[in-house]
Amino acid sequence: MKDLLAVAMLLSIYGLLSASFFVAMDAVDVAFTEASVGAGISTLLMLVAISMTGRAEHPSRHKPLLALAVVIVTGSLLIYGTLDMPYFGSAEAPIHQHIAPRYINDSMQEIGVPNIVTSVLASYRAFDTFGEVVVIFTAGMGVLALLSVVRRSPVDIAKIVLFNDAMHERHLILRIVTKIMIPFILLFAFYVQFHGDFGPGGGFQAGVIFASAIFVYTMLFGMNTARRVINQSFIQVLAAIGVLLYGCVGVVSLFNGKKFFDYSALAIDPVAGQHLGILFIELGVGLTVASVMVIIFFNFAGRNETPRNSDKQDL
Amino acid sequence: MIVHLPILQVIIPLMAAPLCLLLTRPRLAWLFSLIASGLAFLISGMLLQQVMTSGTIIYEMGGWEAPWGIEYRIDQLNALLLLIISALSTIVLFAAETSIHKEIPADKHTLFYVLYLLSLAAMLGIVATGDAFNVFVFLEISSLSAYALIALGQDRRALWASYQYLIMGTIGATFILIGIGLMYQMTGTLNMYDLSIRLPEVAQTRTVFTAFAFVIVGICLKLAMFPLHLWLPNAYAYAPSIVTAFFAATATKVAIYLLIRFTFSVFGLSFSFTHLPLQLLFVTLGLVGVFVASTAAIYQTNVKHLFAYSSIAQIGYMIVGFSISTAAGLTATLLHLFNHALMKGALFLALGAVMYRIGSTQLSNFQGLGRQMPVTMAAIVIGGLSLIGVPLTVGFVSKWYLVLAVIENGWWPVAVLILAGSLLAIVYVWRIVEVAYFKPALAGTETIQEAPLSFLIPVWTLVIANIYFGIDTRLSVQVAQAASQSLFGVSP
Amino acid sequence: MFIGLYNYWVVIVLMMVGFYIVIAHGNLIKKIVGLSIFQTSVFIFYISMAKVDGGSAPILADEINQYSNPLPQVLILTAIVVGIATTALALALAVRIKEAYGSIEEDEIQKQDNLD
Repeated sequence: MKDLLAVAMLLSIYGLLSASFFVAMDAVDVAFTEASVGAGISTLLMLVAISMTGRAEHPSRHKPLLALAVVIVTGSLLIYGTLDMPYFGSAEAPIHQHIAPRYINDSMQEIGVPNIVTSVLASYRAFDTFGEVVVIFTAGMGVLALLSVVRRSPVDIAKIVLFNDAMHERHLILRIVTKIMIPFILLFAFYVQFHGDFGPGGGFQAGVIFASAIFVYTMLFGMNTARRVINQSFIQVLAAIGVLLYGCVGVVSLFNGKKFFDYSALAIDPVAGQHLGILFIELGVGLTVASVMVIIFFNFAGRNETPRNSDKQDL
Repeated sequence: MIVHLPILQVIIPLMAAPLCLLLTRPRLAWLFSLIASGLAFLISGMLLQQVMTSGTIIYEMGGWEAPWGIEYRIDQLNALLLLIISALSTIVLFAAETSIHKEIPADKHTLFYVLYLLSLAAMLGIVATGDAFNVFVFLEISSLSAYALIALGQDRRALWASYQYLIMGTIGATFILIGIGLMYQMTGTLNMYDLSIRLPEVAQTRTVFTAFAFVIVGICLKLAMFPLHLWLPNAYAYAPSIVTAFFAATATKVAIYLLIRFTFSVFGLSFSFTHLPLQLLFVTLGLVGVFVASTAAIYQTNVKHLFAYSSIAQIGYMIVGFSISTAAGLTATLLHLFNHALMKGALFLALGAVMYRIGSTQLSNFQGLGRQMPVTMAAIVIGGLSLIGVPLTVGFVSKWYLVLAVIENGWWPVAVLILAGSLLAIVYVWRIVEVAYFKPALAGTETIQEAPLSFLIPVWTLVIANIYFGIDTRLSVQVAQAASQSLFGVSP
Repeated sequence: MFIGLYNYWVVIVLMMVGFYIVIAHGNLIKKIVGLSIFQTSVFIFYISMAKVDGGSAPILADEINQYSNPLPQVLILTAIVVGIATTALALALAVRIKEAYGSIEEDEIQKQDNLD
């Protein structure tokens, strides 16, 4: 397969298939995330990147025998390792005996949220999730460090505007439909954000959906219009605030004499405190994820239409 | 607040990073990062003292007790590592403002500090945590910030080096993830202490063996242990000088820590070293690494490359000490960990000063620098002597303990080879001295001045530390011994 | 034995396909695709571990008494985020490399580096 575009589409299909597999495996939250990330965001980024780097792969000249050997050794080692593993689906496996039972049996009394994944994610292992938010924040900062473009001259901007206008004459119907759709996408994002306690969903998925509404808008109305609506440095501030909001929930418990991320410090009733804590950190997650996604997308797309590229290969 | 020290250690730099982004003025961001890093240093000192007097500290995140929640578990080993990382970070950061002025475009300065703080916090987080999956998460924060920091280098080769590092690093992290998954599958727990209790029951299974192999290979990729070192020289050579100094002093140390933690604490001494021919494998790879990398260092034309290869060689020594698998060997490794951080911190920071003044670290440009930048060059010479292992420097102390540990184990040939490795170090250090002091200055370089104080102060702090800890070894040896003994005491 | 473990074996084959693409291919974008496949397969591996026969999704409800294990699902939620973060950064690097070297083929970049 030498056409990278096709490769990217296949990757997207793989993401979607694994998402459906996750549903079959009872992991609805994971499926939701994988569908939005694996099939959505990563494909989108892949496509933007390919549009900048060229879509054809050169035929390789070397024979990858060494690589094949490494892969076969690794694979055989893994298969060897599975031989002593508990069988698939077996309820007697150690992982179902040791820690998980407490999550399943006691989380309702201790945290009071029906979605066990949410209670583990946001309370028992809240620190991992904090790490996750920081990972996404780091990626945003990294992309910003690599791709951010310094302000351009008015002439260049005028060029881009001209190009954008020409593009969008053709998408009149799409634009109108999208205009109607976007409020619904945003509404859905809020639903997912605040409904994570009860069903699948939560800050991360909501953030991605929210960001995707902005992507759709940007794709149809052009970067410049989108930039006028969403200020770049404002988005960076939002990303930082998301991380800080999450962290501050922990700091508040510190000041109340409890351990970091001990939400029972947030209210008189421990379970109510847990609720409040989860609400706030999910908000932090959603905020950071949405703004970082937008940062990443804007910087990729902004790079794409820098005059340097457009001069070389005429638009 | 004393009980909260373990978490403050990590979240102060971690929360400082997004705050730093809000400060738009780079100078302010620098001051702010310096304060955050300094606070982390202070805390790590207090933690070390607390651990040395009253033993292991446990901190339960969210108030959930251990295998259900995530805990921080600070013993002598991680306290030592926390101190090394935060101390070096603070000293290196001192010179950052001056250095990046010339090496990084002005609009990226604030981002630089944000990424630097994230990287610092992540390394502290990896070391402090007692949860295997939490290690993975923080490992990824530190890696992502490292890729971005390296790619900020001026040369386009920095981009390529960063990409190669990203691919190798991600493969390594994914291997670790597979290993953690297999361990979890067999024991049902992610907490390291809990794992060390539950693993022996299933130690004979093929799954645990595979888990061990994947975790170790993954860590060795991050560690740049020979023969998995190919990504390191270019990454160090083309990254901005400050980044090189910071990573050379800390990043590989974190990987060594993980190696020690997983083999000695999690899997346990008996599993790691009796079950498998690991000892022979590691001692061979360690020694071959020393020789191959030292020889490669001799042939480098860029001094940054030269010291990067020397780092790989020094990792080889640490691996040899580790493979002896006695308390004495581990003490030697930990001592060298501490001492090497001091040496490489000083050397790469001094190279940063050279870069600042002459805009290059090619060996040919060093001609006559001995007279033009005497103070900086003197620091490089002392650092070089320490690398060789000349008495009165820290390099001597760690070589001494390493050779003693090897001989105690009856490995005479290994001891001889270690000393032979030092001879190679003499050759590569001499090459720099020769060019800098015995060759006439290049034409048109008369105007080169000594480096500014913002470089000289941190460089010489480290150089003096090199000499001080080379003479007064009580503190470093005591801590290293306590750490290695605690590992041998705890492991089942 | 085959019935009990075949799921894991299929996942391992997928993992190795991804791993092979990463180390054998010279195109930078393709390497990233390989990495992504490798990681996604590891996710599938974790999620397979969590499944309990006859269990249902870990959202508490009155009429259900057998749930699949929530913990691996939580871990993988985190790991997916880590994966997309890595992919984004890797793609950003690839774009910059294309601008700096005019190519995203490993051998051509090596060749240019050797010339310098």
